[in-house]
Amino acid sequence: MAWRNLGLKKLQTTLSLILLAFGVGLVSLLMLTEKQLSDTFDRNIQDIDLVLGAKGSPLQLILANVYHVDAPTGNIRLVDAQKVIRHPYIEDGIPLAYGDNYRGFRIVGSDESYLEHYGAELENGSINKAPFEVVVGHKVAETTGLKVGDTFFSAHGLQDETDVHTDKTFTVVGVLAESRSVVDQLLHCTIETIWAVHDGPGEIIDESEREITAVLLKKRNPLAVLTIPNVIRETNMQVALPAIEINRLTQNFGIGMNTLRAIALLIMLISFASIFISVYDNLLARKYELALLRTMGSSRRGVFLLLLLEGGLLSFGGATLGLIFSRIGLLVLAQLIQDKFRYDWSSIGLLPSEWMLFGMAIFVGLMAAAIPGISALKIDISRTLSEK
Amino acid sequence: MIACNDIAFQYHTDSPVLSFPNLDCSKGGKLLLLGNSGCGKTTLLHLMCGLLRPRQGKIEVQGQDLAALKGKDLDRFRGEHFGIIFQQSHFIQSLSVLENLAVPHFLLGQSFPKSKALELLESLGIAHKAKAKPQALSVGEQQRASIARALIHQPSIVLADEPTSALDDDSTAAVISLLEEQCAFAGASLIVVTHDQRLKSRYNNRVELKPNAS
Repeated sequence: MAWRNLGLKKLQTTLSLILLAFGVGLVSLLMLTEKQLSDTFDRNIQDIDLVLGAKGSPLQLILANVYHVDAPTGNIRLVDAQKVIRHPYIEDGIPLAYGDNYRGFRIVGSDESYLEHYGAELENGSINKAPFEVVVGHKVAETTGLKVGDTFFSAHGLQDETDVHTDKTFTVVGVLAESRSVVDQLLHCTIETIWAVHDGPGEIIDESEREITAVLLKKRNPLAVLTIPNVIRETNMQVALPAIEINRLTQNFGIGMNTLRAIALLIMLISFASIFISVYDNLLARKYELALLRTMGSSRRGVFLLLLLEGGLLSFGGATLGLIFSRIGLLVLAQLIQDKFRYDWSSIGLLPSEWMLFGMAIFVGLMAAAIPGISALKIDISRTLSEK
Repeated sequence: MIACNDIAFQYHTDSPVLSFPNLDCSKGGKLLLLGNSGCGKTTLLHLMCGLLRPRQGKIEVQGQDLAALKGKDLDRFRGEHFGIIFQQSHFIQSLSVLENLAVPHFLLGQSFPKSKALELLESLGIAHKAKAKPQALSVGEQQRASIARALIHQPSIVLADEPTSALDDDSTAAVISLLEEQCAFAGASLIVVTHDQRLKSRYNNRVELKPNAS
């Protein structure tokens, strides 16, 4: 009966449903986006305390070298970087050198410690050792179809595919299993390979002039955070702290998120007001029907529960639609993220906070219906029936 | 059966006290309560089914003193023992005619005898409207559907409040005959509350209500 009653005022019911679905959907989408962002950040930061690279924006340094979603700030000299790696306050350093891509995926030169750091495991083949041997990340293999034994040419730059190095052939020797970290979307080779691609024919470069892009550092002593900036003061290098930069980024990002969240909550409030009006309006229009139910044996509680059920059905429907909308929104967003940054945001399970949101939406919807429901408890049946 | 003795009622402390004559209607019997507007006919009907409580006097339905019942027990008793037909037919608009007939059973937590309901609608000549919404029915059809709803759960007493006031002579005769037939078939007592003098000759057991204040 509650269901049918909602159907009597289709326009009002639809409006309440859409408003609530929109509000819940937006809050849910923000929750999912924050979770995916936070997971992506956390997965890739993994014990990287400092990033050493060329001077410039510290945030850019982190985004370029930890997440591989921005251009690097420049190159640094290997010998300068090694001084920092060997500093007593530093436990370990992973050097990175890159500047080329294959079909938009970055080719990153490093040593085995890079893959070990992310716990990457081989799905096929072996780890690259010789120059121009490449281990392909899971996502890269999935997208490009590269497999062990395949060969390809790299293109200069991080996305452009026009300037192809046709004289240097890469050979795939391994494919990584999925690790859901940044290594999935990279092609891995040695640093020497990166150098070899860019050295001119017959060109001899002094080892002291060799350059890399960055070093991911793990500190031995907490004082490294204070000491290393002094050590590199006279060079073109800087160190950035991923945790701090990401925190700053999420705080800046958070202002926008909070604004959106406030708008979403406002929409939810409006939708609850709409449910209230819908049930109250129904109560006024159906006062005689409710009195009729009482003459046929319904208790006051029964009539109250009927109105409560109408509010409950509306809020349940709205909240469910909202969660469906947020999944659709996330899938669209995931496609954009994947196209632009190659990150996989395919996880659409319900978050604990979303269960809370769902429960809260139904609870408030029930409360919005309870207020007119209490008025229904006070209906004077005899007078109502006599009015007609 | 239903018996009302020494009944008086007052809406508010500052409003006049309405006194009603003693009434008695046996099981399966018929009673006509006749009176002009404002003499308290509907008030008496509401007192008889427990929608209002008398200031004094006793109302017994099937041997049960209504004053002894309260809250949901009274609601359930009303639902079980009474079928009420109102002057203007009213239904749950979102439900079909057949579904409206299921409401009394639903509220009493009983299973709905669908085939019996269809038979009843058939005997009232509106079986073809079973799936229609009440608002799609003519006034006469709505009145018949009201009769069906009042009888479907086999109540002990059927209370009809001005069932013929909006009908012409032919329709009045047809509706009241139907009502009497169906009540007799169901073994229910029929109490008709009306100002319609056309019904006077049909009932031997009748009480004329007069405007009163004491």
